[in-house]
Amino acid sequence: MASYETRDYDVLVVGAGGAGLRAAIEASALGVKTGLVCKSLLGKAHTVMAEGGMAAAVASVDPEDTWRVHFRDTMKGGKMLNHWRMAQLHAMESPERVRELQEWGAIFDRTAVGGISQRAFGGHTYKRLCHVGDRTGLEMIRTLQDRGVHAGMDVHMECTITHLLKDGERIAGAFGYFRESGLFVLFRAKAVVLATGGVGKAFKVTSNSWEYTGDGHVLAYEAGADMVDMEFMQFHPTGMVWPPSVRGTLVTEGVRGDGGVLKNSKGERFMFSYIPEAFKNDVAASEEEASRWLAGDKQARRPPELLTRDVCARAIVSEVREGRGSPHGGVLLDIAYMDSEYVKRRLPSMHHQFMELAGMDITKEPMEVGPTAHYAMGGVRVDPETQAATVPGLFAAGEAAGGMHGANRLGGNSLSDLVVFGRRAGQGAAEYAKSLREKPRVNLAEAEACAKELLESFNRSEGENPFVVHEALQDMMEKNAGIVRNEKDLRAAIDALAGLRKRASGVKVSGTRQYNPGWNEAIDLKNLLTVSELLARAALERKESRGAHTREDYPDYDKAFAKVNVVIRRRDGAMQVAQEPLPEMPDELKKLLEGESA
Amino acid sequence: MSDLTLRLFRGDAQGGEIREYRVPVEEGMVVLDAVLRVQSRQSNELACRWNCKAGKCGSCSAEVNGRPRLMCMTRLDLFPEGEPLTVTPIKTFPVIRDLATDVSWNFETNKRITPFTPKADADWKFFQHDVERAQEFRKCIECFLCQNVCHVLRDHDLKDAFMGPRFLVRTAGLEMHPLDVADRLRYLKDEGGIGYCNITKCCTEVCPEKITITDNAIIALKERVVDRFYDPLTWLWRLLTGRRSK
Repeated sequence: MASYETRDYDVLVVGAGGAGLRAAIEASALGVKTGLVCKSLLGKAHTVMAEGGMAAAVASVDPEDTWRVHFRDTMKGGKMLNHWRMAQLHAMESPERVRELQEWGAIFDRTAVGGISQRAFGGHTYKRLCHVGDRTGLEMIRTLQDRGVHAGMDVHMECTITHLLKDGERIAGAFGYFRESGLFVLFRAKAVVLATGGVGKAFKVTSNSWEYTGDGHVLAYEAGADMVDMEFMQFHPTGMVWPPSVRGTLVTEGVRGDGGVLKNSKGERFMFSYIPEAFKNDVAASEEEASRWLAGDKQARRPPELLTRDVCARAIVSEVREGRGSPHGGVLLDIAYMDSEYVKRRLPSMHHQFMELAGMDITKEPMEVGPTAHYAMGGVRVDPETQAATVPGLFAAGEAAGGMHGANRLGGNSLSDLVVFGRRAGQGAAEYAKSLREKPRVNLAEAEACAKELLESFNRSEGENPFVVHEALQDMMEKNAGIVRNEKDLRAAIDALAGLRKRASGVKVSGTRQYNPGWNEAIDLKNLLTVSELLARAALERKESRGAHTREDYPDYDKAFAKVNVVIRRRDGAMQVAQEPLPEMPDELKKLLEGESA
Repeated sequence: MSDLTLRLFRGDAQGGEIREYRVPVEEGMVVLDAVLRVQSRQSNELACRWNCKAGKCGSCSAEVNGRPRLMCMTRLDLFPEGEPLTVTPIKTFPVIRDLATDVSWNFETNKRITPFTPKADADWKFFQHDVERAQEFRKCIECFLCQNVCHVLRDHDLKDAFMGPRFLVRTAGLEMHPLDVADRLRYLKDEGGIGYCNITKCCTEVCPEKITITDNAIIALKERVVDRFYDPLTWLWRLLTGRRSK
């Protein structure tokens, strides 16, 4: 019998990036006993990689900006599939969350008149991203971390949650292990908030870290929660492509916001040829107009490099496919034509990153960039007000939750999403926990079974290397369910996943449980396989191209699919895929979107 | 390109040894790539921390040929080709396993610093030049390389008495925020042990974020502590007026 320690909380938050920290701060403030679990050390979560900024209609640079314009931009960027209420709450509340971070000690860059500086980003009508150079995520996480450690919560670092436990229909706790010791832990909790981030490690070229294995997505799915929009995986248009070891590492959209232009091997500024009909009126018609915009001319329209990420990523793929790519299979992103001091001040960490890792100076030469798996728009379906999942006691926030970003997320909308909905999830979970008359009961036999399952990979006399199986999965997903998809490849992906699942269930782990990456990998692999299947099945279902989901066999928008989300839930142990109508938007919001089509 | 001979510390709190691995090298590889290559192909249980792989999270600190570095930002072509490379855990903190060390002392130390405390009626309008200094300190990625090289912590193991450069930088970031009103000087002097630092600048040399830790953070804080507690004129002024100056 495997032993485990037991901890008791009202609210257990899984994940300590921006959303998890903000949720735990809120729950603690509401007086419930709160535990926060993170897979890495505190302060190392993926939020730290967010560079460009946090979108909020603070209107300190462009006074014309309002939440209504932010709402419209977000819906339009998401191709109208976003949950309207999430997009509305996000646009309305993000300025308040920016001010709150400032009051908690975050120091955003300033404008000449002493307000918060805001920069331009793709799909945003106005300069809207509050930022600190190009290390905004670090500022957010450090601010929340320092606030959090004084808020009364317990923090359990390097702890992985592997199972959710239920009492009947409702959440009763979570099971997992501490990486450092390898020992098991049972958290008894009235409510669990999943803030585990994304799924990028299912792909070969990704900006995501080892942590991004879809843990929260799969925990929720297996607990019976509805998953929504899983087909929408954002490929950020600009990841590094050279040298090979850093392929996929993020190059912030701030480069383009601050004047960077995309060029092909012939030196052509190709984005002018890829402006979609729906965005024609928002974008500069010529290089001359784009330059005027950059110089601050309010009459001029944005450069086409600031089209949404889905559009830019597809354009880059086309250029490379048609033989106009850069030497290492990307395109060129050039900001070297601008003043070098300006570039170093606005983009210090990009300057440093390319200097150290690629041995080149971005103030002198163009960067080579290409798409990289970056962000899952899909996730746990939640109630916009409380972030409650469809399983009682389960909540989700940040990248693990779905709905907010629809078919494509605008840059900068993630950091604001984390704190707007992190706060709401913390509140929702705390209120739910308070409303329970008695604590749900954990079935101890179930906890025993979790422990037994986790140890299986140690018991095999022979078996495959878990890292090798993971790499096979990444190659397969990149090929069959990447940026451009079709039915044949997606079916091949689903078949291949069955084979990979078999291989994963036979991996062998050696050594002890103490800080053993091989063992940890074997455990994470299970989630990666399930989340990949959720993604592939949803992608197969949506027979159109929209936002981040591109189907060669259905290259256009489809009116019927404009009205539905793809929802997946677990029924009788299998994935049940359904199309469900979008929630009905109130007339006053419809009016804001008049004249806009997806 | 030829293979690399990578010599890695393998062991735990009880002790360990250096073991040799051969790793194929490709263009642009960093030390972390080589270590992860050993982990994924030769020894799955090799323990090491990493996250962002772009110098932004400060997880993969180690000593490469004896010099503290972020493994993800250290290119292999920095070293002479054909010579073995030795990677050991950072020395100041106890080994958990292999390259992963127990850095929990840092998180405990951080908790004792009085958090940001703004004026009740603060005017949140302030200018870039007001915050440039504090922003420098907020660049810190908590890699703890400065803690690792600080001889007060590394050689004398005075963790009970001295908070170390990382937390002097953090305190400086708070003290130099234009709207912060908390007073951390007595804490710096008594519990923080700022007097232990004798400004050898080892911390500044290893900072991957190039924060001028000694000159801009520690010396500035030392001056404030001296002004408060050791300057006879200030002492007399306080005695006569009962006022403290921040």
